[in-house]
Amino acid sequence: MPLEDLSYNFLTGNIEKLVQWARQASLWPATFGLACCAIEMMSSGAADFDLARFGMEVFRASPRQADLMIVAGRVSQKMAPVLRQVYDQMMEPKWVISMGVCASTGGMFNNYAIVQGVDQIVPVDVYAPGCPPGPETLMHAILTLHEQIRTGEILRRRREPDKGYRQIGQPAVSRMVGGVE
Amino acid sequence: MTASVFTVARPQDEEPGALLSRDTSEGLQELVSRSATAAAELDRETGAALRIPESESEVETFTDDGRMIINMGPQHPSTHGVLRIMLEIEGETVLRSKPVIGYLHTGMEKTAENLTYLQGATNVTRMDYLSPLNNELVFALAVEALLGIEIPERATWIRMLLSELNRISSHVMWLATNGMDLGSSSMMIFGFREREMVISFFEKASGLRMNHNYIRPGGVAADLPDGWEDDVMAIADTIEARIKDYNELLTGQPIFHERVFGVGIIRPEEAIALSATGPILRSTGVPWDLRREMPYLFYDKVDFDVVVGTVGDTYDRYSVRIHEILQSIRIVRQVLERMPSGPYRALDPKVTPPPRARVDESMEALIHHFKLFTEGIRVPPGETYQAIESPRGELGCYMVSDGSAKPYRMHIRGPSFVNLQSLPVMLHGGLLADGVAIISSVDPVMGEVDR
Amino acid sequence: MSEVAFVSLEEYTSYFAERREEGYTFLADLTAVDYLEAGHPGLPAEVRPERFEVVVNIRRFDQPSLLRVRTQVPAESPWVPSLVDLYPGAEAMEREVYDLLGIGFEGHPDLTRILLPEDWEGHPLRKDYGLGRVPVQFKEVRRHR
Ligand code: SF4
Repeated sequence: MPLEDLSYNFLTGNIEKLVQWARQASLWPATFGLACCAIEMMSSGAADFDLARFGMEVFRASPRQADLMIVAGRVSQKMAPVLRQVYDQMMEPKWVISMGVCASTGGMFNNYAIVQGVDQIVPVDVYAPGCPPGPETLMHAILTLHEQIRTGEILRRRREPDKGYRQIGQPAVSRMVGGVE
Repeated sequence: MTASVFTVARPQDEEPGALLSRDTSEGLQELVSRSATAAAELDRETGAALRIPESESEVETFTDDGRMIINMGPQHPSTHGVLRIMLEIEGETVLRSKPVIGYLHTGMEKTAENLTYLQGATNVTRMDYLSPLNNELVFALAVEALLGIEIPERATWIRMLLSELNRISSHVMWLATNGMDLGSSSMMIFGFREREMVISFFEKASGLRMNHNYIRPGGVAADLPDGWEDDVMAIADTIEARIKDYNELLTGQPIFHERVFGVGIIRPEEAIALSATGPILRSTGVPWDLRREMPYLFYDKVDFDVVVGTVGDTYDRYSVRIHEILQSIRIVRQVLERMPSGPYRALDPKVTPPPRARVDESMEALIHHFKLFTEGIRVPPGETYQAIESPRGELGCYMVSDGSAKPYRMHIRGPSFVNLQSLPVMLHGGLLADGVAIISSVDPVMGEVDR
Repeated sequence: MSEVAFVSLEEYTSYFAERREEGYTFLADLTAVDYLEAGHPGLPAEVRPERFEVVVNIRRFDQPSLLRVRTQVPAESPWVPSLVDLYPGAEAMEREVYDLLGIGFEGHPDLTRILLPEDWEGHPLRKDYGLGRVPVQFKEVRRHR
């Protein structure tokens, strides 16, 4: 096909980059507010912090329409099966941010009731530290995730356990403090 | 000083029944009054509370008489956290219901037994995360009652200032989420904008946006920051002015009226019997506010009104909260005028750590400092129940000490936990779609419900 | 403004019925304590201490005041009459005490676990129930990024 016949300009690129860019630019979180951290998650969506800048202002009520689960708050033993179910209902590709020390490690509540780290239940991509993480910290976590999505591979996600991803049933390998299970 | 009762006004231009018929372009639309639903009548004597095991409604089940049991939550956008409600419905009418809680059970009462009295405030502050300062306050009051110490005047006024500001931020946050539940996204943005003002003041004072650990046994953690008067004044002026916006956006709106008028009525006898407190009890017309009836801090020295409603429906609960914001602003203004100078924590070396500068100079101060943070305060044996009026109602703390540095037992009476019991009564006989408005009007904070 | 009363298990229901007649119409709080490892603070000599103690706070509205009622409950049969008939608001509080401390309430309409999952074993607020702490290990941080 002679190029002169084209009436528009065009760019070449690979499909992978396009997919990565598209995924990164409109990541829709599921509303999964649990405790105090949920309030900070809501404030980051509201006027002063405005998550809409990152194409993320639509918090989807239905997990089927969401790509990202922000686990905001402490996960109790009673909630854990529900959390897993909501995660399983989400469509691939999906990501998880563990927001706050409670979701990441159990935080100050090291007792019978709280799951000591949500990575025991679902694979976590980014951990946001803080109690509660301020909206800035959450945004930093989100931007870190964007970066991961932009540079990651689009097809291989769950298959390589030592990249921090794991298959269902495999023990969690934490990305932040590698080795602690 | 006085505290009188202020009854919120209801728009009188329409008869309660008149709302049910509307002239539209398609002619007069008649709606049957909700209370006339036959199913609701039939079920009135069976009560509102559903008492079946939690696992029963894992799937939607039909019973043979055409009723259905459905599940709402625990992961539902309008249940304010992880509340799950089992509803027995016939058609669209809710008959009986049962709130299922525990999805955020954190074992805080157990954790409290393993934290010293100084650390304990960090634990309780995470219960009711919309009014953390009130939780710290009741914990500190309980410890102080056991210790039998007096705290300085300035500390008391600071506590009052902060707990009223917290009431404001909690109520505007409620307005925001309530607006979101009723489909008014602008209200949600407005509410968060106002809350952000208060929160940034708290951040200035305590270093944290939430979970401050600022009110501690013996006083407060630090003195108010320089220039706090201007900040507080700005908050009071701005929010007072913006209440007008809310009135324009919600209070006078016909759509809002349709959603809240006559919805979720609870009668005063029911509210008292079910131990409901706070705006729920006051919306039924019972002027019960611990700040006035059994004053703590210096609430007997300031002027404010106890806001009550008349009917006890969702609209009343809404306007009680709006007016409570105004009353809190009134208290904040008085605190601004009367704030004395002086120490901000008790000068008892057994309870409060010495100032940082003294630790470098004096051996004694160093020892006190060391003892206090390794061992904690030793509290004489005893038991006490202290209660304050949090934005959601009576917040109580029952504490038992066995003479060691950790509480033997610490129990928090969470107002939302108790208030949730009145939910079945309010939902009873209403429409399923109104459930969202009603749940939101109860304002449960799940952290406090489940602790 | 706040008083403490000690009531035996036999008089429990009739005591509250009388107080309710008197004007204590509002149940503020109902909880319990497990005194396995400590003495009961403020217990008069004539009351025989038992392992559990149920603590009920009731209020009256006409002359604002608070009355705290403490009742000793033996460990062998931790059963207390339910107050739901007198104060319907006791329902959730009694369920909470049942769930966390394992004290039963006779005549309660729905005595099931409220906070913990239904199949949970044990009652966490009892003193012989451990905290359930998971030990935290610190290991060398392996970097593979
Ligand atoms: S990390 Fe802190 S703020 Fe977040 S849920 Fe846990 S206690 Fe609450």
